[in-house]
Amino acid sequence: MTLRQCAIYGKGGIGKSTTTQNLVAGLAEAGKKVMIVGCDPKADSTRLILHSKAQETIMHLAAEAGSVEDLELEDVLKTGYAEIKCVESGGPEPGVGCAGRGVITAINFLEEEGAYEEDLDFVFYDVLGDVVCGGFAMPIRENKAQEIYIVVSGEMMAMYAANNISKGIVKYATSGGVRLAGLICNSRNTDREDELIEALAAKLGTQMIHFVPRDNVVQRAEIRRMTCIEYDPSAKQSDEYRALANKIIENTNLVIPEPLTMDELEELLMEFGIMDEEDESIVGQTASEEA
Amino acid sequence: MTNLTREETEALIQEVVAVYPEKLKKDRLKHLAVNDQEVEQSKKCITSNRKSAPGVMTIRGCAYAGSKGVVWGPIKDMIHISHGPVGCGQYSRAGRRNYYVGTTGVNTFGTMNFTSDFQEKDIVFGGDKKLAKIMNEIEELFPLNKGITVQSECPIGLIGDDIEAVSKKANAEIGKPVVPVRCEGFRGVSQSLGHHIANDAVRDWVLGNRDNDDSFESTPYDVSIIGDYNIGGDAWSSRTLLEEMGLRVVAQWSGDGTLSEMELTPKVKLNLLHCYRSMNYISRHMEEKYGIPWVEYNFFGPTKIAESLRKIASFFDDTIKEGAERVIQHYQSEYEAVIAKYRPRLEGKRVMLYVGGLRPRHVIGAYEDLGMEVVGTGYEFAHNDDYDRTIKEMGNATLLYDDVTGHEFEEFVKRVKPDLIGSGIKEKYIFQKMGIPFRQMHSWDYSGPYHGYDGFAIFARDMDMTLNNPCWGKLKAPWKKSEDSSSEAATA
Repeated sequence: MTLRQCAIYGKGGIGKSTTTQNLVAGLAEAGKKVMIVGCDPKADSTRLILHSKAQETIMHLAAEAGSVEDLELEDVLKTGYAEIKCVESGGPEPGVGCAGRGVITAINFLEEEGAYEEDLDFVFYDVLGDVVCGGFAMPIRENKAQEIYIVVSGEMMAMYAANNISKGIVKYATSGGVRLAGLICNSRNTDREDELIEALAAKLGTQMIHFVPRDNVVQRAEIRRMTCIEYDPSAKQSDEYRALANKIIENTNLVIPEPLTMDELEELLMEFGIMDEEDESIVGQTASEEA
Repeated sequence: MTNLTREETEALIQEVVAVYPEKLKKDRLKHLAVNDQEVEQSKKCITSNRKSAPGVMTIRGCAYAGSKGVVWGPIKDMIHISHGPVGCGQYSRAGRRNYYVGTTGVNTFGTMNFTSDFQEKDIVFGGDKKLAKIMNEIEELFPLNKGITVQSECPIGLIGDDIEAVSKKANAEIGKPVVPVRCEGFRGVSQSLGHHIANDAVRDWVLGNRDNDDSFESTPYDVSIIGDYNIGGDAWSSRTLLEEMGLRVVAQWSGDGTLSEMELTPKVKLNLLHCYRSMNYISRHMEEKYGIPWVEYNFFGPTKIAESLRKIASFFDDTIKEGAERVIQHYQSEYEAVIAKYRPRLEGKRVMLYVGGLRPRHVIGAYEDLGMEVVGTGYEFAHNDDYDRTIKEMGNATLLYDDVTGHEFEEFVKRVKPDLIGSGIKEKYIFQKMGIPFRQMHSWDYSGPYHGYDGFAIFARDMDMTLNNPCWGKLKAPWKKSEDSSSEAATA
């Protein structure tokens, strides 16, 4: 099987890291060889696999060693649950330096050191919430991730973000081979959430690949720095992640998305009652003026 | 070769821009003009200080070059850190020939390169800690430094390093001025914005340092030289004239300059401004804050020198006015001998110039003193107030070109056929290979000084030895030469 590289994007706080690690655990359980590349300065993309607080990152190790050229692959690559390989790009604390450059440097290092040449079936990039600059688009540039999964919920801002990420994918789809592979709905228990995300997916020209229901077992596992699959393999939620993993294995539905205009998106939100019809007459009116 | 008429020059401009795409053509036409001395304001004929078009081979520098290379770099007893990757500092090191007196590495640092040498990790994690460490090391290794400046290279602005905070902290620790300068190269369209940013940094971090300190004993004849970078010793050959006429030069900005001189400048009676483009900002500031008048002057060639000495003297009493006359008279036989020697060899020769922000107009008088004519001139990074000052200096129907492109300059030269071109290192070999005598007018071609009466003698000698160099007669192969001379004989 040839190596499939996938990137997970989505609004900050939507559950990208948790979803990624759980679905990767599902893939590993199914016999796949997987590597996770965390692309977030917070470095929390591998903790559930490694049972660690935060993995030592490429950039921090490089800073200690002097430069990234002084590092070896085995310094940065750790193996966790079910032989899943883990690496974190790392970056500065908030407010200093350039986190985007950290992602670029780290991924270049992995390529040069042959991290992708090992016997792997999947690589998953877990990327910071917003694609704020070119650095965070690194995983979807040419010869990197070909499949993008967007984690989304039925909340308005999560859907806005999903649509914006789709716009970014269009840009790189034309210059490289990156494609949108589906929306993963990480449920927030909003009304008609599955229908709404399916409708959004249809408009984007893609699919809702799986609806992951909300279940507290995920949090219980997380407190123990474990994936749900490892903590409680018999839990119903573990089956959900297995199902997601299987759907990803079978997935061949890769598209160049057709992002919605703002009006189209708002129409969709109004249709599902998430947003009220806009009343133009109140725009710019202060409370005292309205009284 | 006779000069082109106005119509011919206008046609030449049209012909030269004809190869451009429509949009670029329209844009470049705004930067090219036929001089008309009747025009009062240059904005009616020429546009300047705009972004260069991509792909045209502009000769401009960047804001970092304007601050580190021009304004701050020559302050000899401060250490200027090129903050960022190593190249900006290393490839500009000691390149501008601003001479200074001192023991390099002990009490002066002009030709050394101090850099934070950014690596990937500094970009990713920020360079503030490294900068603070460098400052401590500087203090330990070079204790006679009088202060530090931080010259920002591009990445500093991109990653948002807080160089102001680091500088303030270091200032408190080492008790010397530490000046952060936000001259990231991507700011502005040329080095010009770097001059302005550097001037503002002087204003904010240096100029007020002795505001409440009256210990300096001033005299009624205190002046400062502003905007002379002492290239090949220019400021020294200027300073002697001012001192001989009775003035006391308190400060030189910034060629062979010191931090202390800058701090004392607000105590002077008059600021003498040579390079208007790079230092008008600080002169205006001192006029507003301290009420110090400023006067532009020109020390290229005896005509402009005499004019300038009299103009400067007009701000002072009769002793200085007499001093100016005495100086002019004192050097008269000397400069007349220079003219007598070189003018016959240079008379009628035509010059095209393309320099930075001052010399394209300031050296015209020196050429004219030698009987030469400037038939085309232009600036890399001038603003319209510079062109206002240029129109009157240039003859009617001569060419003006702003931020000239490689193509335009070459084509203009092919048609105008000047006897001499004065420009920079990047232009030099192109025109020499075209068989045209060339002088570098940024670095004085490793000669100088050219300022003052002493400088004029060197200037005249250099122009003569370039123009009348026997090599120009040896450019054609002998067999081609005989063909040419026979065809020339036929047309004659």
